[in-house]
Amino acid sequence: MIRIEGLTKRFDGTAVLNAIDLEIAKGERVVVIGPSGTGKSTLLRCINFLDRPDAGRITVGDISVDATRAGRADILALRRATAFVFQNYGLFAHRTALENIMEALVTVQKRPRAEAEAQARRILKEIGLADKADSYPASLSGGQQQRVGIGRAMAIGAQLMLFDEPTSALDPEWVGEVLDLMRSVAAQRQTMLIVTHEMRFAREIADRVIFMEGGRIVEQGPPAQIFDAPQDPRLQRFLARVSA
Amino acid sequence: MLGLVPVILGYVPLTLAMASAAMVLALVLAVALAVERVFRVPVLDQLVLLFISFFRGTPLLVQLFLFYYGLPQVMSFLTAIDGVTAAIMGLTLHFAAYMAETIRAAIIGVDRSQWEAAQSIGMTQGQMMRRVILPQAARVAAPTLVNYFIDMIKGTSLAFTLGVTEMMGAAQKEAAGSFLYFEAFLVVAVIYWIMVEGLSQAQRALEIRLNKAYAR
Ligand SMILES: Nc1ncnc2c1ncn2[C@@H]1O[C@H](COP(=O)(O)OP(=O)(O)OP(=O)(O)O)[C@@H](O)[C@H]1O
Ligand SMILES: [Mg+2]
Repeated sequence: MIRIEGLTKRFDGTAVLNAIDLEIAKGERVVVIGPSGTGKSTLLRCINFLDRPDAGRITVGDISVDATRAGRADILALRRATAFVFQNYGLFAHRTALENIMEALVTVQKRPRAEAEAQARRILKEIGLADKADSYPASLSGGQQQRVGIGRAMAIGAQLMLFDEPTSALDPEWVGEVLDLMRSVAAQRQTMLIVTHEMRFAREIADRVIFMEGGRIVEQGPPAQIFDAPQDPRLQRFLARVSA
Repeated sequence: MLGLVPVILGYVPLTLAMASAAMVLALVLAVALAVERVFRVPVLDQLVLLFISFFRGTPLLVQLFLFYYGLPQVMSFLTAIDGVTAAIMGLTLHFAAYMAETIRAAIIGVDRSQWEAAQSIGMTQGQMMRRVILPQAARVAAPTLVNYFIDMIKGTSLAFTLGVTEMMGAAQKEAAGSFLYFEAFLVVAVIYWIMVEGLSQAQRALEIRLNKAYAR
């Protein structure tokens, strides 16, 4: 179970997240949509403490961290219980695909090398890149890089996977393969919090869709309700714009 | 004149040993200084800045004289230090100050996505620096660091002024006995030149190796 309470973040005095409350059940797939600059990325980044929240409490399983008091150990514990998939992949440029996936297992989880490598190879097979084990990120296509990015997140065995617009940096030709991989992750009942502009994908994969604007959750519900019967005028306007 | 060559060549190991020892020590110190400059530990940061400013702001020769001839007068425990040790210390501190700035710039140049990816998988700051940031910074800093090593090799000739008999000292002695000044110092110059050329070759090989991951 994931619970976010009163999560608040200000940049230069301006509140980008306004006391966000959010609960995510185990295995639930939650998709966040909303206009540009409304704090969707900031929400994900604060959950992972890539941006430090100014206030609020984040609970992931039995780890519970109060933002105002969080120490180094709390932040590490939270990060180790979550995984982040970045828009621009964020693969370690000096490591091969295999090493990228192994890194957290060896360095953070201190698993024996052989065991970590065996698991990384299983994941490479799962993401369809077994033949690219020894390739460096620079020699992979955007779609392949993002699949390694997702593979790296899968390896961690995180209780919550965070995706920040995983297909936005991709050439259209690579979007499909990344969405396919996310579908197969979702099929394993992985708890996911996804920010995306791919509305069709959102409707298909989400158990719940959250519409954010101005650092607040304006409306949320099952995809059918959000997309077919939106209540709030801001959501209606947003959907009219993105479907146009 | 050819008799000079083996005599002076006999001092090449000393030159290389002084330069290598100073390089290893300077690298360790420079990485520590650079990492401190990136994270800016209060108080320590001011001390590091002062250190870098002093060792970059004064000539190496002056620093060597200050350590070897000056400091023992005020700190008597330093009188036991011989010329070779003093030269290695001086080269270490002097070049660490320069190398720290090179390494700091390389660290800061590592893309923000790399820092965030390392943090997101739960690495400690130490793990992030060791496993992700420093290896990538090394690639950028390596050519400049090799240049400093070359400067260091040439800088070991200053140990002569601390009474160490190295290549220069040996050449000086040989020349004084035979009056072959031009020949003796020419031999020294050529030996330095060959060593530096060898290093430049190694530098190119190193760059190719470090860039392996970035080839498309
Ligand atoms: N490091 C920062 N410093 C200052 N302001 C920031 C910073 N990061 C984000 N912001 C601001 O916070 C607001 C929310 O940004 P955020 O990136 O979370 O939006 P978003 O909903 O993800 O938008 P997009 O759909 O364009 O990705 C924006 O106004 C942005 O300019
Ligand atoms: Mg964003």
